[in-house]
Amino acid sequence: MNAMPSDSATRTLSYAEAIREAMAIAMQADPAVILMGEDIGVYGGAFQVTLDLIDRFGPDRVMDTPISELGGAGVAVGAALTGLKPIFEFQFSDFAMLAMEQIVNQAAKLRYMLGGEASVPVVFRMPSGSGTGAAAQHSQSIEAWFGHVPGLKVLQPSTPEDAKGMLLAALADPDPVMIFEHKLLYKMKGHVPEGSYLTPIGKAALRREGRDLTIVAGSIMVHRALEAAERLAADGISAEVIDLRSIRPIDHDTILASVRKTGRLMVVYEG
Amino acid sequence: MKDADNRPFALRHFSPAALREALRKMYLIRRFEEGAEDSYTRGLIHGTMHLSIGQEASAMATCMELTDDDKITSTHRGHGHCIAKGADVGRMFAEFFGKESGYCHGRGGSMHIADIKTGNLGANGIVGGGLPIAVGAALSAKRLGKPDVTVCFFGDGANNEGAFHEALNMASVWKLPVIFVCENNGYGMSTSTARSTAVTHIADRAVAYAMPGVTVDGNDFSAVAEALHIAIARARAGDGPSLVENLTYRWRGHSKSDRNRYRTKEEIEEWKTRDPIARFQAELIAHGILDAAGAEAIAEAAIADVQAGIAFAKAGPSPDISEVTRYVYAEH
Repeated sequence: MNAMPSDSATRTLSYAEAIREAMAIAMQADPAVILMGEDIGVYGGAFQVTLDLIDRFGPDRVMDTPISELGGAGVAVGAALTGLKPIFEFQFSDFAMLAMEQIVNQAAKLRYMLGGEASVPVVFRMPSGSGTGAAAQHSQSIEAWFGHVPGLKVLQPSTPEDAKGMLLAALADPDPVMIFEHKLLYKMKGHVPEGSYLTPIGKAALRREGRDLTIVAGSIMVHRALEAAERLAADGISAEVIDLRSIRPIDHDTILASVRKTGRLMVVYEG
Repeated sequence: MKDADNRPFALRHFSPAALREALRKMYLIRRFEEGAEDSYTRGLIHGTMHLSIGQEASAMATCMELTDDDKITSTHRGHGHCIAKGADVGRMFAEFFGKESGYCHGRGGSMHIADIKTGNLGANGIVGGGLPIAVGAALSAKRLGKPDVTVCFFGDGANNEGAFHEALNMASVWKLPVIFVCENNGYGMSTSTARSTAVTHIADRAVAYAMPGVTVDGNDFSAVAEALHIAIARARAGDGPSLVENLTYRWRGHSKSDRNRYRTKEEIEEWKTRDPIARFQAELIAHGILDAAGAEAIAEAAIADVQAGIAFAKAGPSPDISEVTRYVYAEH
């Protein structure tokens, strides 16, 4: 017999709150975890994701950086190489363009170039996507670019539960991980388990079963795809929706199993 | 600075044994690079390499006071830094030859060699790439409560990269234990500092980041060691970063493709008269720390070490083709 749902089973948080909770859990558990980024201290970050963490953990562990994306990312890489576990927030993922050298030439390649003698356990948080009306330099979806870089892991959570579990999984991973958080999802509410749990990296999630068509989407496009699947159902078309969750590594098994069944594949991608 | 007996700083500050060891490593750097150059010509090394012959005092004197817990970040011209920090030339040659027995299992080669155990976080193929990484290493030491300092080697070319300016600024704002050591050999590949850099001395840039900046004769072992002694003491005391500029010269071209069209033979020959190894050796002999026979023995030993290193590298196994993607990600 199933137990009655407890408070924790119905607990909801916003996507932003879930990310913040993950950071607080990690910082509580491991003094090597630090936060770095522009205006993440008393300001709380441009999207308020780090709000109040400076009060809990102090300015030595919640570090406002100068507006120096290349240098800041590089400091995070060097710190990761020597014992810290930095979570570096790019204020907008668009600004990572200023730091491509440190992300692609250094963070991604150091482990390989050093023959596995060192790792770079850095996490880059990347607020991304369009829809805020902030125009062309604050709205891009560049996650697929980074998916082409060997050495990086690239994630994109679509729910508050995954946003928390992916950040904790990224921190537990010895390799550099980029997490693309969609700006329009920050206020989305959803069930979030309490405590620490890891969302497996490289594993897609089946969000809706169907027979006629496989839709593979990530981030906010999962929700768009689920809406579309509802409409298609009204027309008698049964669409399966897969939440990719991880761009690199990619879960070929789940996608191929679905396409073997449906025979049709549609990729829905904001970028 | 010299004392009443006309002894320069290094001869007063370090033991005779440490000074002789420094000379041994300087010879080892030069003979290693000659050995690497010869191995390249014989086809034992692929790709390219950047030799630092003529710059040995800068590498060695900078590392004199560093322990294995202290970190360095190095450059594409980093063989000397690697040896000065304590690497074994056999494993270095093995790395250059692409062997599993190399420091990075043959994956890094000349431009990415690292020796984590002696605190060498690695050479770097990107000009200026190591600057923010060094600041990060210094941040780790400060946050984790360790007394370690980080020395960031970079060339004159890197001083015009944005990474240089961002790194120095952050190191100063956060008062981190890092020493920025510019090896100014006069040219970023073919472009002279006179044509590329708005200030006369790169150390002048320190003013903009509120840290001490000093320019020294980088071929004068003692001058470099003294500048580093002051900068390291400042870093260990928690007073923040410094910038030291070592003026030096590379006798060889930028890389293996260089035809020396941008400088004259006379200029190269003139700098060879300022050989940092010969100067240091003469100084040690003049002050009774070494005699001519002792110097000869050190020089001979370096040749033997290099020959043994090459033999070790040749004998090592090559990586297996089945492991071509190994080390891209951690193995769980």
